[in-house]
Amino acid sequence: MAEAAAMSGYLSGTLAILCINLIFAYGIFVPAAAGQINLGGAGFQAIGAYAAAALSSLAGLPVAYTIPAAMLIAGAIGFLISFPVLRTRGVYLVLATFAFGEMIAGFLLRSEFFGGAIGMVVPAHIELPVLALSAVAVTVATFYLLATRLGLAMRAINDDEAAAAVMGVNVRAVQVTAFTIGAAFAGLSGALYAHNFSFVEAQYFNSLLSIYVLLFVLIGGTQTAWGPLFGSLFFTLLPELLRIGGAWRYVIFGAAIVLMMVVRPEGIVTRALVHRLFRRPAIPAAEMAHGR
Amino acid sequence: MSLAAPRAFVRTILDRPSTAVLVVVIALGIGIAVGGPVIVRQIAAGLMLGSIYMMMAVAFTLTIGVLNFLNFTIPTLFMLTGMVAWGLSANGTVVGFAGPWAWLAALGLGILVAVVASLVVERFTFRYLKVRHGDATEHAIPLVSSLGFLLIFEHLVLIAMGSDSQRFAVPFKSDVHVFGMVLGLPQLASFIAAVAVVACLSAILKRTKTGRALRTIAESPDTASLLGVEVGRIVPVVFILTGLLAGIAGALFTVNYGTVSPFMGDNVGNKAIAAMVLGGIGSIWGAIAGGLLVGVAETLSIHFFGGDSVQMVVWGLLLGIIILRPKGLFGAASIGKGKM
Repeated sequence: MAEAAAMSGYLSGTLAILCINLIFAYGIFVPAAAGQINLGGAGFQAIGAYAAAALSSLAGLPVAYTIPAAMLIAGAIGFLISFPVLRTRGVYLVLATFAFGEMIAGFLLRSEFFGGAIGMVVPAHIELPVLALSAVAVTVATFYLLATRLGLAMRAINDDEAAAAVMGVNVRAVQVTAFTIGAAFAGLSGALYAHNFSFVEAQYFNSLLSIYVLLFVLIGGTQTAWGPLFGSLFFTLLPELLRIGGAWRYVIFGAAIVLMMVVRPEGIVTRALVHRLFRRPAIPAAEMAHGR
Repeated sequence: MSLAAPRAFVRTILDRPSTAVLVVVIALGIGIAVGGPVIVRQIAAGLMLGSIYMMMAVAFTLTIGVLNFLNFTIPTLFMLTGMVAWGLSANGTVVGFAGPWAWLAALGLGILVAVVASLVVERFTFRYLKVRHGDATEHAIPLVSSLGFLLIFEHLVLIAMGSDSQRFAVPFKSDVHVFGMVLGLPQLASFIAAVAVVACLSAILKRTKTGRALRTIAESPDTASLLGVEVGRIVPVVFILTGLLAGIAGALFTVNYGTVSPFMGDNVGNKAIAAMVLGGIGSIWGAIAGGLLVGVAETLSIHFFGGDSVQMVVWGLLLGIIILRPKGLFGAASIGKGKM
């Protein structure tokens, strides 16, 4: 009996991480679908986590207020930072977001108000069903988003920014919107993390976390909303399955990433694959050849 | 009078590298005038720390400048050198070779391992992808692959040697007195070595045939190819140089601090990225100045605001520079698509 309970505890812990990672991955995916690589994901997740933690422990607010508030705060900061940050592109954008994430972590580590290096205890606790519902909601919302006119504009910008602008897409507005939505999702994942683990510490939200979540998204594929779903399933469950290999699992994990980039650099799920699976009207052969 | 003219004037003044140098010198001068000998000592310590950052920043800027590739394996190459050197000399002998200079042989072998690892990275992130996908840089493919290699190398080291930090004994530990300041001999030696290595690299880039080829590729790979540069054979040279720079930096860091750990590259790598951006991505001189400046900024911010402030100061500075002046202090080459 005790063993069964331990197993289910392990299982629900893994599922909780999976839900949080999934929402986090969608937070990075939405700007990535519009061609923006965000390597500061941990910073936005930290904002959400600490906002929820502070509202819960210092203001004593219930979860029904802290989680939406955390999402709003992360979204607002994402909105504000997107104007200067999105002036940059390519390697500079990667570095700017990376610097932002590191700066947030540095600020939290130093801030007395947020507990510094000791971290913060989060009194209000939420269980797995809430996490699962949130994950489903975010997934559905992202699928819907990509089906709207905005989603089409994001895809157009990703494929060719200049052409999209010529066709009348307001590139700047679309990019800012995508970045803001992404920041809000990342903030939501942070708030859920804080309430589920009942504890936050700045050291958790390090650059390695940003790197991991970006890998989820890029390996899953940025062309369709299926990408992050497969990416986070693959990345959260693969290390658990590879637990048999002990410390070797991260080596295998890294090798899998390198191989993936050689074999299928557009990610696991590509637009062509989705078209083929659901038997949509055929897309031109040239596009298929590029894996688009 | 319109507002545009003075703004344009300010901009042309700011665009000169000499202005940047002047600003740095004036800032240091004011600091020394106000703070006295304590500040001078801090700056000296900062320059020595900065010389390590400088080599790493040059390694980063070389791969970005020539190949448009942000190579995240550079910090792990740095770490590999230190850890391999420690692993080889753990029981007092280096592969059967014992003696007073065994530690140097161990570090040399560590650097060799870093160079070989860098070539492995080249094989899987760049050469193969270039053949299959044309412009490999376009979809951040090498960047993601290099993150994969970061995981592989770091965890292989963790498996082989554990996660603890280890002592690496260096036999010379005496101090030298320069202008009334007490400086550690290893620190001073590594500062001089770092400057020598970067000077060598600069000479290679400037004078040799390979150096010219590298600079041509940095300008335009297509034109380089048309002019008879064998691009495919020059690319591995970039990775050899990267491995050498990161490896030597790792060796000097090991000598400097006498400890190694599987995570020693993370902090130094981050600071080196900051230094590279500060100096201007793609510019060797920018990386040199940026590395030294970040080193000085680190020791000074520890001196004035305490140890925890470093991260915020360095990254806040970096974010500001990327947004306000993405070219950095000395930025010249344009970084963008169409490279390789």
